[in-house]
Amino acid sequence: MESRQLYQEVILDHNRKPRNYGRLESPTHHSEGVNPLCGDHIFLDLALEAQTIARISFEGQSCAICKASASMMSSVVKGRSVLEADRMVEGFRALATGQASAEQMTDLGRLRVFEGIKDLPSRVKCAVLPWHTLHAALHAESATTTEGDADPVPGSA
Amino acid sequence: MTMLDIERLRGDFPVLDQVKVNGRDLVYLDNAASSQMPRQVIDRIARYQSLEHANIHRGVHHLSDAATTAYESARSSVRRFINAAEDREVIFTSGTTDAINLVAHGWGRACVGEGDEIILSEVEHHANIVPWQMLCEEKGARIRVIPVDDRGELDLVAYASLFNERTRLVGIAHVSNALGTVNPVREMIATAHAHGVPVLVDGAQAVAHEVVDVQALDCDFYAFSGHKLYGPTGIGILYGRAALLERMRPFKGGGDMILSVSFEKTTYNIIPHKFEAGTPPIMPAVGLGAAVEYLSGLGLAKVAAWEQSLLAYGTERLSAIQGVRIIGTARHKAAVISFNIADVHPHDVGSLLNDEGIAVRTGHHCAQPVMKRYGVPATVRASFAFYNTRAEVDTLAGAVDKIRRLFE
Repeated sequence: MESRQLYQEVILDHNRKPRNYGRLESPTHHSEGVNPLCGDHIFLDLALEAQTIARISFEGQSCAICKASASMMSSVVKGRSVLEADRMVEGFRALATGQASAEQMTDLGRLRVFEGIKDLPSRVKCAVLPWHTLHAALHAESATTTEGDADPVPGSA
Repeated sequence: MTMLDIERLRGDFPVLDQVKVNGRDLVYLDNAASSQMPRQVIDRIARYQSLEHANIHRGVHHLSDAATTAYESARSSVRRFINAAEDREVIFTSGTTDAINLVAHGWGRACVGEGDEIILSEVEHHANIVPWQMLCEEKGARIRVIPVDDRGELDLVAYASLFNERTRLVGIAHVSNALGTVNPVREMIATAHAHGVPVLVDGAQAVAHEVVDVQALDCDFYAFSGHKLYGPTGIGILYGRAALLERMRPFKGGGDMILSVSFEKTTYNIIPHKFEAGTPPIMPAVGLGAAVEYLSGLGLAKVAAWEQSLLAYGTERLSAIQGVRIIGTARHKAAVISFNIADVHPHDVGSLLNDEGIAVRTGHHCAQPVMKRYGVPATVRASFAFYNTRAEVDTLAGAVDKIRRLFE
């Protein structure tokens, strides 16, 4: 597959104007995600109220795929419960590795724009990093990476 | 000097016309990471493995003799290629990294002590940083760094001022893998020798692209890899001055590196065998021998002249594109162009270039201190070989311009 197909207007737009970009003043949860292969590095802040993501913000240095993924993720999970967010993390991971069920595909809605990433193994981690970071923040892990046990595509680095 | 017939030479490399990427011709510009192999080398490896293989330095049978001859002939070929004085100064290793680690262990552990200093440059590949950091940590020694200027040239005044009575070694890249700078190693070696300090040169990015004469350079150690030299992976060379190698301790123990073994005492073999424990990578060594013969046949001066013309043309075409920043603009460069397009991340550029069949390296190039120095997380690196053409430079420039417009 040509990667050009992935760089659709919606992804380019989120890269140019990322939503929820910056840091929160008083986050209740925080995590930092690193992809050592390409140097993608993002900081994610969350403010949870009654087990719901009331506010979310990210910032960092990353490629367009990672930044657009983080931006779209932040829009989509805002207002969702921790449980729902966890389910979306699972769903996105499945999407990026070409294993999403029909139900997951429906749940993911406009995030399906990332479906083509499954055919670009070297870029899967770029798209997944924000979601790993979200999972880590929700479950009080202060740092995460796309390597080791959490590697969505073992051996691809 | 006659020019190389590039179109004819491209025929030596099966990958260049047989592999299509996304339906397009392959434009292979990742030669600094690993070069492609000509059929002369592939054929030599096949012939060795088909008809000449057995273990070396051991058997009294026909095949063992044939394999030993092939292996030792490869050593002689490499010796001629870098103009070392003697074959025994040429040690087969698994690559540049292995060669530098051998010096760090074999020479460094005996000669570097607490409070001593090792001078490295700011443009080193991690392979010429980390082994020395490990040694320094173990010994309580420290690293001093030669700074690099905005163009990518080392500050030689600062370099001269780093020497003192505690300086034990200088480690410098002949050519920077991330910037392409050709460092003035001959002059830097003279400075070090004036202080009585030996010099290790990391030649991984140099040997395939210009004439390297270790005696003219007067270096003490020179390390390089086979796979950046049109040969196979798994093989590399440590050249060392015989007098230094004689005093150096072996790093790996085992068979072939000994003269005699008893449980009371082992007597080590002579150089170079002292450093080649166990059965070596014979087939890759034979392949490397064939690769340096191939390259010598072309003539390094002609190779360098063509690659320099590609560098000049590529630099001109890329710098004419709005938003392109070339990182590394030293006056003397090898054919390596590191660049970024405005704010577009190098990984996006790399993926989109691949759509056009273009292979480049993107990332920090195992030289994170260099990235930090120029304030970028990563770069796109196009690195040329003699088989690249001006038309390929045009393809690259066209694709880069297209990507710039996509992200505008």
